[in-house]
Amino acid sequence: MADVTLRKVVKRYDEVEAVRGIDLDIADHEFVVLVGPSGCGKSTTLRMIAGLEDISDGDIMIGGDVVNDVPPKDRDIAMVFQNYALYPHMTVAENMSFGLRLKRYPKAEIKSRVDEAARMLDIVELVDRKPKQLSGGQRQRVAMGRAIVRNPKVFLFDEPLSNLDAKLRVQMRIEIKKVHQKVRTTTVYVTHDQVEAMTLADRVVVMNHGRIEQIGTPNELYHKPATKFVASFIGSPAMNFIPCRLEDLAGKLHVRLTDRIAFPLPPARAARYQGVPRTSPRPNSMQSRAWRPSIRCSMSPSRWEWRR
Amino acid sequence: MTSTVVIDKAAPTRKVKYGSMSRDRTWALRWSYFFLTLFAAFSLLPPLYMLITSLKSSAEISAATNPWWVFHPTLSNYIELLTSNQFLRFFWNSAWVSIIVVTITMLISVPAAFALARMKFWGSATLATGVFLTYLVPDTLLFLPLFKMFAAFGDWTGIQLINRWYVLLILYPTLTVPFCTWIMIGYFASIPKELDEAAIIDGASWFQTLTRIFIPVALPGLIAATIFAFTVSWAQFLYPLVFTTSTDQLVMPVGIITTLIKGDVFAWGQIMTGALLGAAPPLIIYAFLMDYYIAGLTAGATKG
Repeated sequence: MADVTLRKVVKRYDEVEAVRGIDLDIADHEFVVLVGPSGCGKSTTLRMIAGLEDISDGDIMIGGDVVNDVPPKDRDIAMVFQNYALYPHMTVAENMSFGLRLKRYPKAEIKSRVDEAARMLDIVELVDRKPKQLSGGQRQRVAMGRAIVRNPKVFLFDEPLSNLDAKLRVQMRIEIKKVHQKVRTTTVYVTHDQVEAMTLADRVVVMNHGRIEQIGTPNELYHKPATKFVASFIGSPAMNFIPCRLEDLAGKLHVRLTDRIAFPLPPARAARYQGVPRTSPRPNSMQSRAWRPSIRCSMSPSRWEWRR
Repeated sequence: MTSTVVIDKAAPTRKVKYGSMSRDRTWALRWSYFFLTLFAAFSLLPPLYMLITSLKSSAEISAATNPWWVFHPTLSNYIELLTSNQFLRFFWNSAWVSIIVVTITMLISVPAAFALARMKFWGSATLATGVFLTYLVPDTLLFLPLFKMFAAFGDWTGIQLINRWYVLLILYPTLTVPFCTWIMIGYFASIPKELDEAAIIDGASWFQTLTRIFIPVALPGLIAATIFAFTVSWAQFLYPLVFTTSTDQLVMPVGIITTLIKGDVFAWGQIMTGALLGAAPPLIIYAFLMDYYIAGLTAGATKG
């Protein structure tokens, strides 16, 4: 087990910068989810941690050692792929033990580790089957089993649930979280699904255009988004953005949305919001009374997002 | 512009054909059976004629009787051929050459294809195309310069390769390696990238990834390539005809022609018998590996 540190990591493909200098500290035992729209560089970041992609610039450290030029097999990591990537000609047990067999572990040790992982993932009765005889969810379990038996420093998940149906996805999400609580291995998990990110993560890293927009706990991201992108990306239904201006009405600061709609700010917080051009209430923090001549919004200022 | 909808009540209404799907299918089947029968007859008649002729005595072959019927069946052609040392010599030469060529081909083209398909090195794509282009150069163009090269090589080094059966071990791979490499590139390319990434993370070297993941997974393609290499080397005619002349160095296709045609005398019975026996080994191999072969061919077809 180990912590993972990224320092100014850059990935350049010819002209394009896929990852533009990101800094990230992942503590030991932590479950960190990289989330963002497609093409934001999250998978590239994960693959750089795995060593499947070279780093154009910066440093990646696993357990305090710089691993920039260390080949994947010597980084002591395990990876779970979106399409499972099981070896089709091997049984479940052989799939799970492949890494250990390559490292010439004693047979008894291999067997006990495979048995333990199979029990943890509830696939004991499947160990003699080939991948093609398994369902999608079972395959994903085997892929996780292959990672677990290695007992690596870091687990890397690359959109592991994207190929599963909605119901199974929820189930496997719980499964993954359970496994993490049991083995406590540092985990980096990539997904484009914010629900996965919010439910699984100790901390979420929101990425966009190759940059980190915000790092924080799911709660922080939801209630205190640092940028407009994070505010719009996190939360379902999505956050509304309403242009507004601040007005001084009879000594009290008001937020004016339209000519007819304005509401006062609590004086204690007023100072924070000087010069703010936009308010962004979460839909579920709004109540409307449509029969009244104006819409009254009940919002607590802590739930607003303000952008300077 | 004004648009008007004209409804021509007198227009003939199209008759709706119910069940046309199954009718189309029936006709499609009839046509396919017709053409299949046609082509089967076309390709099976020569071997049938060979079989019929191989069972006749020389007298009966030259007699003006119905050529499609054997009036006095005899195995004398088979007995003569199989008891003559020459024919067995040709057969073994062919067998040895083919087996060794297949081995050489696989040892070269499988790692080459793996490298070209997976290790993205500078110029790998160009090299892959180059391999294929080599295959497009016909042996009928190559045999003259090759002959000159081997002659020059013999003059310089004193190592005489011409008129030795093992010269074919160098010549045949020029035909088999490019094609087999190309088949295997297509096959390896169809294996998902994550599979070798998983293997690399599991701690496999490139060589282990090839031997423990890629070769087992691409086995159908490998078998298709093997069969192809075997067929090419078994049936190759031009190179052995040019490069080998002594009777003890000949492979079967050339051996049959050169020893059984004496001047203008054709030993038809034995020629047909020899050809028939010569066609047997590939046939047997095909029969056993047909499923794999087809799987391999289609895999090659869908991939670039």
